[in-house]
Amino acid sequence: MATRRWKNGFVRWIDARFPIFTATHHQLYEYPMPGNLNYWWNFGSIAGIILVVMIFSGIFLAMQYQPNTAEAFDSVERIMRDVNYGWLMRYIHQTGSSLFFAIVYIHIFRGFYYGSYKSPREITWLTGCLIFFAMMATAFMGYVLVWGQMSFWAATVITNLFTAVPGIGESITTWLWGGYAVANPTLNRFFALHYLLPFVIFAIVALHLVALHTTHSNNPLGVDMKGPQDTIPFHPYYTVKDLVGLGAFATLFAIMVFFAPDALSEPDNFIPADPLVTPEHIVPEWYFLPFYAILRAVPDIGPIPAKLAGVIAMFGATLIWFLVPWLDRSKVRSAKFRPLYQVFFWVLVVNCLVLGWCGKQLPEGVFLTISRIATGYYFFHFIVLLPLLGIFERPRPLPYSISAPILTPSPVSPAGRLELAPAAAGDEARP
Amino acid sequence: MDTADKHAPDPIPKGRPLTALEEAERARVQALLDTRYMADLGPADAGWGRRQFLFLTSVATAFAGLNFFVWPFIDSLNPAADVQALASVEVDLTPIKVGQSITVVWRGKPIFIRHRTEAEIAAARSVDLSQLPDPQPDAARTLKPEWLVVVGVCNHLGCIPRGQRPTDPHGAYAGWFCPCHGSHFDTSGRIRKGPAPNNLAVPQYTFIDDEHIRIG
Repeated sequence: MATRRWKNGFVRWIDARFPIFTATHHQLYEYPMPGNLNYWWNFGSIAGIILVVMIFSGIFLAMQYQPNTAEAFDSVERIMRDVNYGWLMRYIHQTGSSLFFAIVYIHIFRGFYYGSYKSPREITWLTGCLIFFAMMATAFMGYVLVWGQMSFWAATVITNLFTAVPGIGESITTWLWGGYAVANPTLNRFFALHYLLPFVIFAIVALHLVALHTTHSNNPLGVDMKGPQDTIPFHPYYTVKDLVGLGAFATLFAIMVFFAPDALSEPDNFIPADPLVTPEHIVPEWYFLPFYAILRAVPDIGPIPAKLAGVIAMFGATLIWFLVPWLDRSKVRSAKFRPLYQVFFWVLVVNCLVLGWCGKQLPEGVFLTISRIATGYYFFHFIVLLPLLGIFERPRPLPYSISAPILTPSPVSPAGRLELAPAAAGDEARP
Repeated sequence: MDTADKHAPDPIPKGRPLTALEEAERARVQALLDTRYMADLGPADAGWGRRQFLFLTSVATAFAGLNFFVWPFIDSLNPAADVQALASVEVDLTPIKVGQSITVVWRGKPIFIRHRTEAEIAAARSVDLSQLPDPQPDAARTLKPEWLVVVGVCNHLGCIPRGQRPTDPHGAYAGWFCPCHGSHFDTSGRIRKGPAPNNLAVPQYTFIDDEHIRIG
């Protein structure tokens, strides 16, 4: 890495003091990528780009926004009506938050399907879980800033979750509010944290990438890269492939921003916050619906009251992702070679969609029953199925390497493999 | 990368020439690798011109698109509609006696409105223009001789000149005096002495009737 000689003298001068060019070359050309990534691997880079879009649009919105209960709602309406292109900036930010979650959910479930969390990529997975946690906090506080009815009551309901903590719950909630109800101090601190947390996310993304580039990308076959015949450089192959996905995503993004900006939001949030009137039916944004369903589904469990049990289950639903690398006992990464897990993966996907649908309904009658079954199954999947499948499932035979299915067997390399002389191998062979 | 593998075939010992079969296999795999790397931006070949064209047009399109994206954000920092809506004010002149001045706020800036005395008008009109740092006849600075309307911001570094009240310093030319860096303005608001490069600006205004003006 350090031995590379640059032709341009200025580049060489910089590089000797701050090896930005060598490092870029290393990460783009020398860094081996599996040659067989499919389009599900686009979502990581799209998530990174949309994080930047959110920070960018958010900074400009913050320049117009008033974090004061008396002016917050009006200042948002002023952005929509009076500020030049304010409507565009806000709709980019609002639609962006929804799509950010959609992209990240796909990214997470791609990890579930292809076993991307398994050794040696546990730290990549854990940093990813941290990012998701920070995202949830950021999205929640950002939603409060609008200071409509849903904002206010979402803030009230979510902060009241902490009253479930035995003994000190009330004190925690008062501390979170900076008062005895959600009010101006709450809005001020939420604004400060909503501005801070995206930069924290940005920093964790950097850790996520360091861990990723240490262990290298997983791939649809889930087998390790065995040599240069299995790899291609990141640039131009995956820069171009990522751009194709990004183009499709940006098209969808633009369609939503310009033609259906409010499709995913609650009409009640166009009513200014009123601390004396709760809306008929409080629902969070769609990306929190499954967790909301879990919160409301849990009944009294033995000595634990339903309120506390619901809060524990809701937080547990995401906290359990931190344990997935150790709950899954199977050595095989990709679900392609795990006939049973493949089925249960899709059952989990459907289960989560059902939970999301239940989160939208009133917690009564058949919806409550379905929520309870789906909540039970959700935890059953992680706590019971994942460990047991690793023991009882018989995986399909794995290919020897990524390139093995392409390189047909021959008398010299029965596994479809050839030891290349170093001079002919990998990047050094290329101009 | 995991290189230890019990299923791997025995490596070919160093120095032993390849058999014909091995050589054929080596060539086959090398050809495969060469095919995969062909899409790399290598030296000029038959496909270079077309690829270069596609590359440049794509980059140009992306750059144009980026500008479409960036402009709304830049423009969002310009005065918003509610700010522009405050860009004109109407002033009733009837309470202002001869020799009095008032200050009104227009676009966040002070506007000096002075009902000038005959002496002041005469002083402003009798000046030899060649003596002025920023030559401008008084007639070009007023719509009616008795009413002087100027932006009360010194165009040196933005301070507000003194001289609106009778007890204020009026400078050497009986008009206004900027305390920040010592600019003297005459009864027409013109710079006479000091660092300010230009006269006090005259805002765009019109007489709605004899007693009312609209600024902006």
